[in-house]
Amino acid sequence: MSTFGLLAQVLEIIAAVLAAPLLLGWVNQCRAWLQNRSAPSLLQPWRGIRKLFHKDAVLAENASALFRTAPYVVFGTMVLAAAIIPSMAMHLPLSIAADSIALVGLLATARVFLALAAMDVGTAFGTLGARREMMIGFLAEPALLMVIFVAAMISHTTSLAGIAESLTGQDLALYPSAAFTAVAFLLVLLAENARIPVDNPATHLELTMIHEAMLLEYSARHLALMEWAAALKLFNYACIGFALFVPWGLAAEGAGPAGLLISIPALGLKLLLAGAGLALIETVSAKLRVFRASEFLATAFLLAVLGLLVHLLLGA
Amino acid sequence: MNLSFCIVLLAAWGAIGIAGLARARSIEFVGRLLFPLGALVGFALALCALTSFALPPEQLVLPIGLPDLPFHLRLDALSSVFLMLLGVTSTGVSLFAAGYFRKGEGTPPGLLCLQYHLFLAGMGLVLLADDAYSFMVGWETMAISSYFLVVSQHRLPEIRRAGFLYFVMAHVGALCILLSFGVLQGGDWQLTFDSMRGTKLTPFTASLAFFLALIGFGAKAGLVPLHVWLPEAHPAAPSPVSALMSGVMLKTAVYGVLRVTFDLIGDPAWWWGLIALALGLFSAFYGVIFAAVQTDMKRLLAWSSIENIGVIFTGFGLTVIFQGLGMGALAALALIATLYHCLNHAVMKSLLFLGTGAVLHATGQRNLGRLGGLIHRMPWVAWLTLVGVLAIAGLPPLNGFVSEWLLLQSFLFTDEVPRPFVNMLLPVGAAVVALCAALAGYVMVKFFGVIFLGQPREAALADAHDASLLERIGLGWLAFACIALGLLPVQVIGLLDATSFELLGATLGQRATEWWLLAPTPTGAASYGPFAFLVVAALIITATLYAVSRLYHRRVRRGPAWDCGFARLDSRMQDTAEGFGQPIRHIFAGFFAVERELPVPDDLAPRYRVTVSDRIWRGAYEPLGGLVSRVADLFAVLQRGRIAAYLLFSFVTLLVLLALVL
Repeated sequence: MSTFGLLAQVLEIIAAVLAAPLLLGWVNQCRAWLQNRSAPSLLQPWRGIRKLFHKDAVLAENASALFRTAPYVVFGTMVLAAAIIPSMAMHLPLSIAADSIALVGLLATARVFLALAAMDVGTAFGTLGARREMMIGFLAEPALLMVIFVAAMISHTTSLAGIAESLTGQDLALYPSAAFTAVAFLLVLLAENARIPVDNPATHLELTMIHEAMLLEYSARHLALMEWAAALKLFNYACIGFALFVPWGLAAEGAGPAGLLISIPALGLKLLLAGAGLALIETVSAKLRVFRASEFLATAFLLAVLGLLVHLLLGA
Repeated sequence: MNLSFCIVLLAAWGAIGIAGLARARSIEFVGRLLFPLGALVGFALALCALTSFALPPEQLVLPIGLPDLPFHLRLDALSSVFLMLLGVTSTGVSLFAAGYFRKGEGTPPGLLCLQYHLFLAGMGLVLLADDAYSFMVGWETMAISSYFLVVSQHRLPEIRRAGFLYFVMAHVGALCILLSFGVLQGGDWQLTFDSMRGTKLTPFTASLAFFLALIGFGAKAGLVPLHVWLPEAHPAAPSPVSALMSGVMLKTAVYGVLRVTFDLIGDPAWWWGLIALALGLFSAFYGVIFAAVQTDMKRLLAWSSIENIGVIFTGFGLTVIFQGLGMGALAALALIATLYHCLNHAVMKSLLFLGTGAVLHATGQRNLGRLGGLIHRMPWVAWLTLVGVLAIAGLPPLNGFVSEWLLLQSFLFTDEVPRPFVNMLLPVGAAVVALCAALAGYVMVKFFGVIFLGQPREAALADAHDASLLERIGLGWLAFACIALGLLPVQVIGLLDATSFELLGATLGQRATEWWLLAPTPTGAASYGPFAFLVVAALIITATLYAVSRLYHRRVRRGPAWDCGFARLDSRMQDTAEGFGQPIRHIFAGFFAVERELPVPDDLAPRYRVTVSDRIWRGAYEPLGGLVSRVADLFAVLQRGRIAAYLLFSFVTLLVLLALVL
């Protein structure tokens, strides 16, 4: 483990933690432009988090210790996930500690804690949100795993860094299977990050809400951590997508500081494009009824399985 | 040496059981002395099994039993895995049981103690047996003692019914196992396993023996469609017994299948694996969706056991496929995933069953709809159960994830399977495993959330008390086992490698150099380091906690729940267990037989009832049961109640026999 590797690892974590709310700000800004509203500042999510940290935390009378620990656990797992995903450089020290399946497990841990915390106070909205979140989760998780399996079968490794490396290592080849899995991944990303058409991040007080319903009882620093974790989750999913489908620009192993000079702007560019794309999708689509979400995700699952079969049939 | 020690320990269990009869009504004597002693024996057995992995197989002939049929016993690496499982699990369960059994509940404690320890010793004998005769003696001891344990509250008719169903299924299974041994002995009626290993079977007889064994052991393990007794018997039994039945007894069936397939038959045909795989995947899926819609907490866990048995048989099926096609390294990976899941499921399911036992004792409720908020009243039970919940939901860095990870890995690198059709099917199997794992998370959030979180759904729950000290120690031991199995996969796999070598002639080997990094496939292809995982996560969380409290403040106020400003919140507004299962019922509607009683608009006392039942029970078992009783009715014509008629029947029989002989 080289000193540079360690430094790059710490840099990656700090960059992810700082950049995640900015990505959210950028998506909101793009969406406002597309909808012909005047856009909030790019820093708005940051301001919101800062404001929340200054406030006094109010806990429900019957909130247990689980309720207070959950924000730290959820935030911690998201930061750990950010450390594992190769967003700037491949083969950082932590990347061997977890391959992509372990990464999916890590994201599931965050989800389970979020749902348990939502059930802790015992309000109608909290339990409803928890139930729906777990429903989305059990539909999205296998779809995500299938997407990863296809990439793993193409590159003969389940390590995310290894997948990215094997994709960058060869000439630009279009995999027909990747076309299916990319669409499946996009559907999973939308569902898992509580975006339209599955959930609406901009609304409260609506019977269809999922993610926001789970956070209703949180306030101040706990809420700030939860929202920060949600921003990190979006950032992480985007970076998983980049590693699986467009890994170009990632600093290769042993590239040294020069590699980062290319990979950081490349990451920034990809995030800008992805954020704008997300805003576009959210602007042009309408929210689904909750029970249509299962069909939406079943489509993702089937597309991923199709991708797998295409890979096995064509060997590509 | 180790084998004799194991025999002494099993005999010690028997002796403890019999000692229970000395003062059968004394809770102090049985609970405070005998059960902790039994736990000690279990611990010694675990240690003994742990040290015998590396040793060559040991054999011994005990001249007990019938004159010409001595007990042949053998301790090898496969028995060691399951003896370790038995020892570790029974340690925790016996400690818990020491504090659990109370006065005035059905069977007197001394008798329970006898049945309980005979049950343990019977399972031990099954694992050590080296001939069909002693195997069946152990198997029946296990079945009968557990039957009596299941019906320990025999005054309730539904418990007697559950016990009867269990008894019938156990014996249908035992019959198939016996027949399987009959095929395996190959005509010379040598019933020792040694001679069975030497018998050459034709492909047909080998298949016959395998499928008889699969049905027989599958009935004990609860493989769908032979699972119907499990959701009835597990809730009926006292919780420590449910824990043992689900945690250990189901695994003895897995042991039996492994023993017959890889040891006695020796060279399995690959297509057997395909059938085992299909049954396993179906059981896993069927079990988990039914677990999600249950409203009784122990029934929920029983269905979840069916799911886990399905996962175990999926791994077993993969092992057979790979072994049958001569792919040793992959077969070893799949076998180790299977064995690892057996160990994991034993500790985590026992932990959860004991948790429900503590809840049942504190509240008298098994119905999820009448629980809630117990984390405030029973913090020890709640937090220790949470470990089991996270483990069984397959979340890293706990143990459930390790076996899930290994299983998915063995599905993944199957490019080189020489049958293209299998090659296409296997990844779809991986998809089903992934779906079941995700659904298990759903089930466990429901289980923990409805019992321990939220507001208490009944006023009586305010008096719930936490578990006693011995119960906490038992729970703690199993939670510790969950964590240890999760953090030290490399060391555990080092042990299981011996078993894999013995059965398949191939090992996984540890290809990475670090002690904390699990890398079972060629270097770089896949790796997982739970320890690093935990340490880094803990570091990040501590750093966050420190930073937040230093940079800002730690002020907290308590207030009423906000709930979007709705002021009159009460416990009936939470999701019920039915409500939590509703999305599953909606999405997988075709699998459930649902009966709904909906209120009409002008109903003055509206009721809403939903009963979800098993289509397999309705479609297969009820007609079959009806058929059996109709046939029995036909024979009842003979039953006249007059001695003259019976004498006539005997006379006619004699005449017929004489005519046949002469």
